[in-house]
Amino acid sequence: MSNAKLVAESGKILDVAAKDAPLTVRGLTVSYGNKPAVFSVDASIPAGSMTAIIGPNGAGKSTFLKGALGVVPRLSGEVRIFGKLFEDARDRVAYVPQRASVDWDFPARVIDVVLMGLYGSVGLFRLWRARHREQAMDCLKRVGMVDFADRQIGQLSGGQQQRVFLARALAQNAEFYLLDEPFAGVDAATERAIVSVLKELKAEGRTVVCVHHDLSTVAEYFDRVLLINVRRIAEGPVKTTFTAENLQETYGGRLATTHIDELHLA
Amino acid sequence: MINDLITALGAEFVQLSLTPIVIGTLAAIACALPGNFLLLRRQALIGDAISHVVLPGIVAAFLVTGTITAVPMMIGAGAAAIIAVIMIEIVKRLGRVEPGAAMGLVFTTLFAAGVLFLEITDTSSVHIDVQHALLGNLESLIWFDANGWGSLLDPAALATLPPQLPRLAVVLVAITLFIFLFWKELKISTFDAAFAGAVGIRTRTLGFALVVATAVAAVAAFDAVGSIIVIAMFVCPPASARLMTNQLARQVGWSVIFATISAVLGYVFAGYGPGWFGSPYAVSAAGMIATVSGVILLLACLFGPQRKRTGQQAET
Repeated sequence: MSNAKLVAESGKILDVAAKDAPLTVRGLTVSYGNKPAVFSVDASIPAGSMTAIIGPNGAGKSTFLKGALGVVPRLSGEVRIFGKLFEDARDRVAYVPQRASVDWDFPARVIDVVLMGLYGSVGLFRLWRARHREQAMDCLKRVGMVDFADRQIGQLSGGQQQRVFLARALAQNAEFYLLDEPFAGVDAATERAIVSVLKELKAEGRTVVCVHHDLSTVAEYFDRVLLINVRRIAEGPVKTTFTAENLQETYGGRLATTHIDELHLA
Repeated sequence: MINDLITALGAEFVQLSLTPIVIGTLAAIACALPGNFLLLRRQALIGDAISHVVLPGIVAAFLVTGTITAVPMMIGAGAAAIIAVIMIEIVKRLGRVEPGAAMGLVFTTLFAAGVLFLEITDTSSVHIDVQHALLGNLESLIWFDANGWGSLLDPAALATLPPQLPRLAVVLVAITLFIFLFWKELKISTFDAAFAGAVGIRTRTLGFALVVATAVAAVAAFDAVGSIIVIAMFVCPPASARLMTNQLARQVGWSVIFATISAVLGYVFAGYGPGWFGSPYAVSAAGMIATVSGVILLLACLFGPQRKRTGQQAET
């Protein structure tokens, strides 16, 4: 059954197969102050897919992720992660916040940050042990940062910081990865490294969702898109949903037609 | 020279100086420990706020009970701290202002109310005044029944220790336990609150617990050493420690070392320092302890190995 049919009608998720989907969202509304940042958004992310969340600045892409995970309070809406409440499926999910949302001057080394990803497997009132350190080093290896393990995080470039965040998410060994702008302000080598890790995750049958900015790489990196501008504009496979028409609707006048032509859309 | 030292550290030292030094050190460490996290969360001002608002609480407790016994004072101070935290939250939400502004507004108002309370009510019969509130009475916390180091093993003499000492010791143990048991949670939520929330750490509860720990430290220390030390110890040792290392655990360790040095050196300088310059007087120990912690911070700023800020700051 095609993914496009899963959300047949706004507000209703009909398909039974979607029940255990990594993420099912119905009518999600989040507001800061009086203005809704995300208004009544529906989404359904199928297992094993790689989805880009796309929309203009201030369209609520990050807020959608945070609202879905309960990092910010929801005004209304229902969210299911693998068919359960997030609280009951927490250890199957890895969330990577925006790199700029933390203070990189915090007194920690690279390895300390990656070890945070193993929080769930350490146990209450216990501290990280040698085997956790080994696991963390393996994750650093996967993002090519093993030589930086003892480096202070403030001494890293933006791209290196982003890789450390990805390594922390890998340490969580989750089935579902949600990344907020993983490619923002990173160098080309880092972008390639991150994409190849994300594709590995997908090849292992895991599900990946990224808030993404660069429209020119959507088709290359992802197989599905979720277009948001406060409301949900469209959701589905890149081939059928990443169209000039939908983009125009998402971005309004902010996207020049010439820009759209360069995207080699379906 | 050796004899001088033995005399200096003899019976008189145990009776007059040992307990103030120990109390000052316990107070300094109890404040410095939560101060590390407050500093990294950019909430250092909350220690300042709490140490100011305990004054009206203590005055109110005195007015209600008519005595200056410890328990009602602590209850009054604790209640004032809780009211202040709630007021700060209300001002922050209703006024939609940044936390620093809300804290500044609440604590200056409450402190002023406390001073006003003191002025218009009759507290002249007891030792409670603005001077006491600011600088405490560290020098007066002497151990009357001590007659030498042997008193440390004498149960009868130990029973007459100033009550601030065991009280601060209990508070310090409690705060140390809190930080030790919730080390991972404090570290992760201080660095990345959104991630901490996603992995199931109750960041709001933990943040509130940290403020409660801060309030407990402030109230216990305030009674012994006044608000000047409390404010200085929440900020100076952790800030100096941050400049010494890039690892959180080591930062906390350094902050304990700096708090101890401040308390011990500050007390010694205050008591004996003026004498070295031929003055017969002593200066306020609390003021001197705070001053030493400030000097340590200055030295750390000039010579600390990690004084260069390299990391980008968070955008939000």
